[in-house]
Amino acid sequence: MDHGAWFLVLPALIPILVLSVGPLLYGILLAFTDAQSGRTEPTQWIGGLNFRDLLHDTLFWESFRIGLVWAVGVTVPQFLLALGLALLLNQDLRLRWLARALAIIPWAMPEVVVGIMWRLVYNPDAGILNETLRDVGLGGGRDWLSGLATALPAVILVGVWAGMPQTTVALLAGLQNTPRELHEAAAVDGAGAWRRFRTVTWPALRPIALAITALNLIWNFNSFALVYVLTNGGPGGRTRLPMLFAYEEAFRYGQFGYAAAMGCVMVAVISIALAVFLAGRLRGGDDA
Amino acid sequence: MRTSRPARVGQYTALLAYLVFLAFPFLWLVSTAFKPPRELGSLHPTWIPEDPTLANFRQAFDEQPLLHAALNSLLAALGAAVIAVLIATPMAYVVARRRTWLAKAVTGWVVVSQAFPFVLLIIPLFLVLKNLRMINSVPGLVLVYVVWSLPFALWMLAGYVRAVPPELEEAAAVDGAGRVRTLVSVTAPLLAPGIVATALFAFITAWNEFFFALVLLKTPEKQTLPVVLTHFIGAEGVADLGPLAAAAFLATLPSLVVFALIQRRITGGMLTGAVKS
Repeated sequence: MDHGAWFLVLPALIPILVLSVGPLLYGILLAFTDAQSGRTEPTQWIGGLNFRDLLHDTLFWESFRIGLVWAVGVTVPQFLLALGLALLLNQDLRLRWLARALAIIPWAMPEVVVGIMWRLVYNPDAGILNETLRDVGLGGGRDWLSGLATALPAVILVGVWAGMPQTTVALLAGLQNTPRELHEAAAVDGAGAWRRFRTVTWPALRPIALAITALNLIWNFNSFALVYVLTNGGPGGRTRLPMLFAYEEAFRYGQFGYAAAMGCVMVAVISIALAVFLAGRLRGGDDA
Repeated sequence: MRTSRPARVGQYTALLAYLVFLAFPFLWLVSTAFKPPRELGSLHPTWIPEDPTLANFRQAFDEQPLLHAALNSLLAALGAAVIAVLIATPMAYVVARRRTWLAKAVTGWVVVSQAFPFVLLIIPLFLVLKNLRMINSVPGLVLVYVVWSLPFALWMLAGYVRAVPPELEEAAAVDGAGRVRTLVSVTAPLLAPGIVATALFAFITAWNEFFFALVLLKTPEKQTLPVVLTHFIGAEGVADLGPLAAAAFLATLPSLVVFALIQRRITGGMLTGAVKS
């Protein structure tokens, strides 16, 4: 690279190195120390002790399990609903503009506001959900966000709602790249809607579908604000996602080293899961 | 292609269901924001407030320093957007135009940075910013936001650069324009809409951001809007619904307006960024 190129690159490269790459490596190192907030003695190098403790930390693994249920529970319905909406929006329907406009709302909203909004919907007394249930005669409703059994499904629904638009837009863009003539040719040959979808639409959509699903899985697994506002991890830890757990460990109890170790485990598991998912999918179809 | 009548009916029913699902929580938020306390306490809440009032908005401003928080949010978001775009555009240009190891490394970093949980980033950043005495300060938050929005900004901008035909730049060079002149008078004007869209997107992400702000900003006079909004929810999870809804509604308006302006460009940018030549 010549001098001109370096001149263009450096303004972004320095912050990336100093404030992103550096801290990430520092964070990984911290996982092998007993770093704590507000301590006067120097931080000690303790090797794999944090990880050994973590292995026996049943609360963390429970939180990890909840995180996986949440990530998959949000990503799968998100994808299916988004695919349905994208297929509809790709048709010549009236009101399409309205759906596009409304789809902006969940995407543009601050996550905190999404959480607040759904708290109003789920509110046991003044919420619209229970009121609607009462109206159609399905009983008095319940306190969705503080019920042990309902809290996780309730926050998952919010996750699906919040992430659907982005997925829809990505899939819709993919749909608009599929060749129309191919579709019409298949229709002329007498292929039904399902066959046309399987043989023409899906092969063209597959790379985008894979990419957005992989990203959604990561984003959802690392999500924080929504659940923090909705339940703050409660009731009884039923919705305590790994990020909430690590946040409390680091910034409420000041266990920086231990929380960093949690972060490392999260990265490792996510990377392995993604590698398996993508490898399986890419091998699965020769047309992708 | 003609679609049969029953299929059309099915399609419209499905579309309607989507419209209701997408819209109802927001409509409920708006409705709650305008309800007087008597209606909020009622066991049979209605969609349309029987007695609409602005009292919730007044109370919201009385209870929490909303204006000050909005100002902090605005400073953080503006600062992050302007700086991110200023430093990302030149790099995106190099990444899009040259096939060097650096371009590959940057693309790799963009992808990897998506997978890292924020905890792993925020703990070291917290320690670094603490040493720089930039905890609990809006400039410190701006620094974090810049780095945080760089991957996406680079990704989008590289896409916009690829959409500018290199032949145009070559033609300018043939006509005797120097490299700087070519960049300024040929490339920059063509990139301008993409740069604006990227800046606005960075603005919204920073305006909406919560986690970093929660960790880094400790005192109320420094906090941004999303953090202040959570103060409406009491320790036991009990909230004063009216002012909460009113404040949440107001906090959303800027993002909604900006997003409506750039929605088309964002989706376009995401895709051109994704397509590699």
